[in-house]
Amino acid sequence: MEPVRHIEGRAIPFGLKNVDTDLIIPARWLKTISREGLGRGAFEAVREDPDNVFDQPDFVGAPILVAGDNFGCGSSREHAAWALLDMGVKAVIAPSFSDIFSGNAFKNGILTVILPQEQVDRLLEVAATDPISVDLESQTVTTPFQDRFRFEIDPFRKHCLLEGLDEVGLTLARDAAIAGYEAKLGAEKPWLVHGTDLAA
Amino acid sequence: MSSRPRTLYEKIWDAHVVERRDDGTCLIFIDRHLVHEVTSPQAFEALRMAGRKLRRPELTLAVPDHNVPTTARVDEAGNRIPILDVESAQQLAALERNVEEFGVRYFGATAREQGIVHVVGPEQGFSLPGTTIVCGDSHTAAHGGVGALAFGIGTSEVEHVMATQTLLLQPSKTMEVRVEGDLTPGVTSKDLILHIIGVIGTAGGTGYVIEYRGRVFEDMSVEGRLTVCNMSIEGGARAGLVAADDKTFAYLKDRAFSPKGDEWDQAVAYWRTLQTDEGAVFDKTVVINAADVEPTVTWGTSPEDVVAIGGVVPAPESFADPSKQDAARKSLDYMGLVPGTRMEEVEVQNIFIGSCTNSRIEDLRAAAAVLKGRHTAPNIKWAIVVPGSGLVKEQAEAEGLDKVFTDAGLEWREPGCSACLGMNPDKVPAGERCASTSNRNFVGRQGPGARTHLVSPAMAAAAAVTGRLTDVRELVG
Repeated sequence: MEPVRHIEGRAIPFGLKNVDTDLIIPARWLKTISREGLGRGAFEAVREDPDNVFDQPDFVGAPILVAGDNFGCGSSREHAAWALLDMGVKAVIAPSFSDIFSGNAFKNGILTVILPQEQVDRLLEVAATDPISVDLESQTVTTPFQDRFRFEIDPFRKHCLLEGLDEVGLTLARDAAIAGYEAKLGAEKPWLVHGTDLAA
Repeated sequence: MSSRPRTLYEKIWDAHVVERRDDGTCLIFIDRHLVHEVTSPQAFEALRMAGRKLRRPELTLAVPDHNVPTTARVDEAGNRIPILDVESAQQLAALERNVEEFGVRYFGATAREQGIVHVVGPEQGFSLPGTTIVCGDSHTAAHGGVGALAFGIGTSEVEHVMATQTLLLQPSKTMEVRVEGDLTPGVTSKDLILHIIGVIGTAGGTGYVIEYRGRVFEDMSVEGRLTVCNMSIEGGARAGLVAADDKTFAYLKDRAFSPKGDEWDQAVAYWRTLQTDEGAVFDKTVVINAADVEPTVTWGTSPEDVVAIGGVVPAPESFADPSKQDAARKSLDYMGLVPGTRMEEVEVQNIFIGSCTNSRIEDLRAAAAVLKGRHTAPNIKWAIVVPGSGLVKEQAEAEGLDKVFTDAGLEWREPGCSACLGMNPDKVPAGERCASTSNRNFVGRQGPGARTHLVSPAMAAAAAVTGRLTDVRELVG
């Protein structure tokens, strides 16, 4: 995965509350067996309106999305993160995110930044006319107008994003610990593994 | 392990910690992994590209559900009928190739056991109390109804579980939803969970695992508990739990993958310890008075937009939060509803009885009880009943429920996710309304422009009879 350090550019102001992953990418786009090309279906229902924010020339390909509370709620579809990536979005700023979406975003190198509603409101205002800058190392969001908002992030996630680490590879290196757990499980709860034995 | 009183969630979590990091992140062992065709192809592909295998294929069960049409799957000669939609057919073919290549147990589209993954898991005894269960689908929360810690994951996590049989997770906060008193006649588990979501809001459970507690849940069938836990995610909680009890054990005994013989007794002895201890502390408690719950419907495009069937469409100005007012205006515009309209005056043209929330035998019985000897109203254009699995379908047919539905003018279909989401041929036309027993009323969920009103199976049946949202208690009881 590409390391994530500093993201700067125009930010799409889309402050609607409770944006669900069906709105980010409708189900009919989930029939793909690839991760690519989903940007075409992103926010399809919103983009039916010719004046929608996503298709304004200033915001096409913008690397940042400023969003409303509870962004990414609903379905676990990782296609929502893939669709945002395909649009060019590398960071989303919102007052809160659904648990599953923020995990999916993280695993695809999209930085999710949580800031209080009033700071998000300020960024929505700035985004309409000017670029925004997000720095992961210093955990800050800044604007050309001297706004400087600090955000919190899980240290493990920060480390993985900065280094571009592959989580599956990291866990596979813990093979001995997993094997130890499995041995204990088989001894203490044999009923848990016998019922599904493929040879049975 | 510490001797301080623990919640049910904490007990299951502690029993699955492989390793704990200094920052609190834990490597958690996953006992059961359910796989369907939509969120798995990219995970299998990533394994293939990295030359990786499934660590524990026997703990994995795959079944197609989202894409499969619910019309006949084999012709009279017994040959499989091809799926017309090219992309759906490709996705199904990809799953069939992948389970073969990676050695995963599979109930294919024409298998007797096929069905919606969240109906199949418990009914096969694959989902057991005290286990960790994941699936690339947010409604995995359903399996909490048998006392399992079950939650939806994204495709990268699907890949992680396939390769390592673990997930890296931060512990969740715990929320108790305590329901006091008893539900009144005609009020079901679906009404209760819709009411609960209305109280806590769609973000209320974010970061939490909910445990549903109180006599209502003890009295509730396992099917009802699966319905309640299923919609925990609509309240923002990744998982919901109801502690397993004798009802759970009776439900699971002798199922295909349930423990057998002495091992069954060992399992039950362990499962009995999986109760929240006296004195255990929840991070948050929400108390609901069961007597306040009426048959409940949704008016908007978020599952928190609920109102009792006797109520009216709310005015956006009635919400304190300005962003909620804005969302309500957009919702009402999409739904084509005017504030002050009585919910019982809202006409529907479509009826969907099915989905992982409400397609089990008890749900079909509840709908059939209302529909028996009645017929759909003239304004109903499309009404389908979609059993959750082949086994549910067999049971329903043995009880003659299929005949009740078809006599009443509803179609009786093959198992699958169907009209819950617009991925297969079952869709609601733009601008039309559907009284639906599914779980999400999001914009475009049942098809572009479709207007969804979430209801219980009995309420969907009542709407079928009258052609409008209806208090089922006026028809029966």
